[in-house]
Amino acid sequence: MNTPIRGLDSGQLLLIAAAGLLAVAGVAYTAAVGPERPEVAIGFGALIAVGELARLTMPGNREVAPIGAAAALGYTLLLDMSGVALEHSAFQVVAVISVGMIAGALPHLAVGRPPRLDAVARRLLTGALLAFAFRPLAGPLSDFTRQVDPVTQQPDPNWWPALAVMVVLIGLALLADVLIAALLRAEQVRTAFRVAVRDEINMAFPLGAAVAASGVLLALATHSMDMVALLVFAAPLLVTQVAFRKYAGIRATYLQTVRALSRVTEVGGYVEPGHSRRVSRLAVAVGRELGMAEPELLELEYAALMHDIGQLSLRDPIPSGATVLTDPGQARRIAELGAEVIKQTGVLDRVAELVRRQCDQVAEEPPVSSRIIKAANGYDDLVGGSTDRDRAGAALERLRLGAGVEYDLEVIDALARVIDRLAPYHRL
Amino acid sequence: MRELPWPARVYLAAVVATAAFLIARFELPGDAWDILLVLALLFLVCESMPTLLNVEQFAVSVSFSASLAAVVLIGPEGAALVGLIAVVSVRPGLPLVKRLFNGAQFAVCGFAAGWAYQSLGGVSGVPQPHQFDELIGPYAVATAVFVPLNIVLILVMVRLATGGAVSFRGMFQFLLSYLGYGTFGLLVAGLWATVQSISAVLVLLPLFVARWAFGQYHAQQRSYDATIAALCQAVETKDYYTRGHCTRVSLASGMIAQEVGMGSERLRAIRYAGMLHDVGKLGVPTKVLQKDGPLTEEEYAAIQLHPMRGLEIVRGIDFLDEAYEGIMHHHERHDGKGYPMGLAGEEIPEFARIIAVADAFDSMTSDRSYRGARPVAVAVDELRKGSGSQFDPELVAAFIRALDKEPWQPPRKVVEVPAEAAETATKDHDDPTMPIEVLSG
Repeated sequence: MNTPIRGLDSGQLLLIAAAGLLAVAGVAYTAAVGPERPEVAIGFGALIAVGELARLTMPGNREVAPIGAAAALGYTLLLDMSGVALEHSAFQVVAVISVGMIAGALPHLAVGRPPRLDAVARRLLTGALLAFAFRPLAGPLSDFTRQVDPVTQQPDPNWWPALAVMVVLIGLALLADVLIAALLRAEQVRTAFRVAVRDEINMAFPLGAAVAASGVLLALATHSMDMVALLVFAAPLLVTQVAFRKYAGIRATYLQTVRALSRVTEVGGYVEPGHSRRVSRLAVAVGRELGMAEPELLELEYAALMHDIGQLSLRDPIPSGATVLTDPGQARRIAELGAEVIKQTGVLDRVAELVRRQCDQVAEEPPVSSRIIKAANGYDDLVGGSTDRDRAGAALERLRLGAGVEYDLEVIDALARVIDRLAPYHRL
Repeated sequence: MRELPWPARVYLAAVVATAAFLIARFELPGDAWDILLVLALLFLVCESMPTLLNVEQFAVSVSFSASLAAVVLIGPEGAALVGLIAVVSVRPGLPLVKRLFNGAQFAVCGFAAGWAYQSLGGVSGVPQPHQFDELIGPYAVATAVFVPLNIVLILVMVRLATGGAVSFRGMFQFLLSYLGYGTFGLLVAGLWATVQSISAVLVLLPLFVARWAFGQYHAQQRSYDATIAALCQAVETKDYYTRGHCTRVSLASGMIAQEVGMGSERLRAIRYAGMLHDVGKLGVPTKVLQKDGPLTEEEYAAIQLHPMRGLEIVRGIDFLDEAYEGIMHHHERHDGKGYPMGLAGEEIPEFARIIAVADAFDSMTSDRSYRGARPVAVAVDELRKGSGSQFDPELVAAFIRALDKEPWQPPRKVVEVPAEAAETATKDHDDPTMPIEVLSG
């Protein structure tokens, strides 16, 4: 699941370089001027390290570290500690975040699980962005919270300006974070930026809200609880973290299981080895090319993986299972049987529908995903695992003959672009 | 709930009377009304969505943290009043008697926690920012009083109302998470002086997100279980007689595993392993399974390969390693004469030994093309006979104990195989009473 360095593209490299420079600048500056209230910095740095240690991978291979992010947020937003104003600079915030992250990543490194550099860089940059926006305002905002009633001379703290500024800036920082993530993702998996933004927002919103609330909570709690806050505050977020870890775990297992079990048709000799996996990869790439969002892509992937499952109900395997070459009636029957199997789950009705309509002609107006599966399946039936360019070209030509009747023209065009792009990787 | 037995009714009346007595004499300080209102609302919201974490029959909610916050901010009586709100929680279908009891017991617990808090020197009222450290000790004790008292009050009621024993399984984990949730009340109370009711929002937001994620997790989990079962059944459709075998083996393996006291994670893993144990069978050519008479050595070798094939398929799934071992070794025999490795006794992984018993049992109690289903008693006798030679004696004994507790539902009788149904095999590699004959030489 880890991206090796050579797999990084230009956007990621730029991001990592920027984060690296920022980290060095932060540490150097802090070392030069001397850290403000080092014990506070150490406390928050430790929590960031713990959060980094407990990082988790969300669906779509997104690495997140909610506890670390909330701790970083808390340190950024810190106005005072038990009534004594804190005036650490944005550079010091960056230094604390970087050192904490590195410390938290070390145990993972020791057991050979390096963090995803682009994800780490993004976490640091978002934290830094907020720090440079908020720290200059910390002094004035802190004055509001310690103002004294001019008549009675009693303390009359006003937290509302601070709270409002915090909420607005966090919102902006989260937005920036989503945009960076979407940019990277668009480049990485070659999807449209607009689609990537929507996917990232859907993915980031719940966790982002929890992290933001916890960060503010931490900053405010430190006002009355000093460092004890660090221990007590972690409780709500810990529950959140546990919940998300479980969720991410089952999502990953689900996909792995469908991928694994789609292979039973191969073991049974119904289709050629690797057919389901290749069709699903191709189908997902085409779906992305056509601007599909992640939930749709997941259904497409499931349907593509299981498109041949109906063959299990057949008496004897069709030789090499090439459904593009079998008679249409037989292929339709396989599709129906497969849809029947998937419907048994009671939860994958839409996937069943995609499988059922995978043989439909364009005139029958099947869903786009079914058209994609049909084209990807047809292509793989003709080409198989071969990486020969001529064979690929010939197969595409043959599919084009059926464009408009058997195959959707737009889907074929997208397929051609995807294959053209994938070709160099096949040679590796 | 008129059918409530009389001890339960007496108990209910006692708890309600106590709560009423505690609250009746209370006069709320004039400035605490707004706090009480916010906390009551908080309690109501939490109490109305209690599925944050479910441990067996208990629905856990974090509502009690609002009660505990009231202990600090208002005092024992305030906590009791907040707890009383449970009577009107938005949970459609909850009978009035249960609402009454819930409200009363929360009120009693809140008061007791408040009393403990004050007797340890905790001061009730909105805490000033700098007194926070002094709160922690008394607050921890208040939580420690509230949670066990709450559990005991409910357990007594469950005991009296149903007359049955109450399972303490998972109780410890339940207690721990409950105590953990107690800190939320402290956070709400501690931040009150700073941002008043906003503190409740800030504390609750991560919890609601967590609840959402838990909900998603449970939905995915259910969906996953249904999918894995449907796919395994698809593998079995080829042979009409073995339909449903995987689900029943999964069930029986789970029964044995529970009987020998496996933890929840391993229990889940062995259920999946039982479900998936035969996915490699598709690699066995149909003609071998349909052949009449003894098999040649090559044909038998093809059958013996299926556990490895199965392992090959499921290897990409992140299960416990034990699940893989269970699938790979489910045809090993206690005396070392099984396949694929010929392991014996304790060398065979526990998961595999369990699945072996469940597998053979379901095969014997199902119809086959060459024989009818055996009654459960006969199959149990066969397991006993094979105990020590084919099966692990301890696991056979555990299975028999489990069958006593929970009677087995054998599959429906196969009356006639529908004509369009796929083929029927003439042999079953799982059947210990009809070993597959192999031509030697």
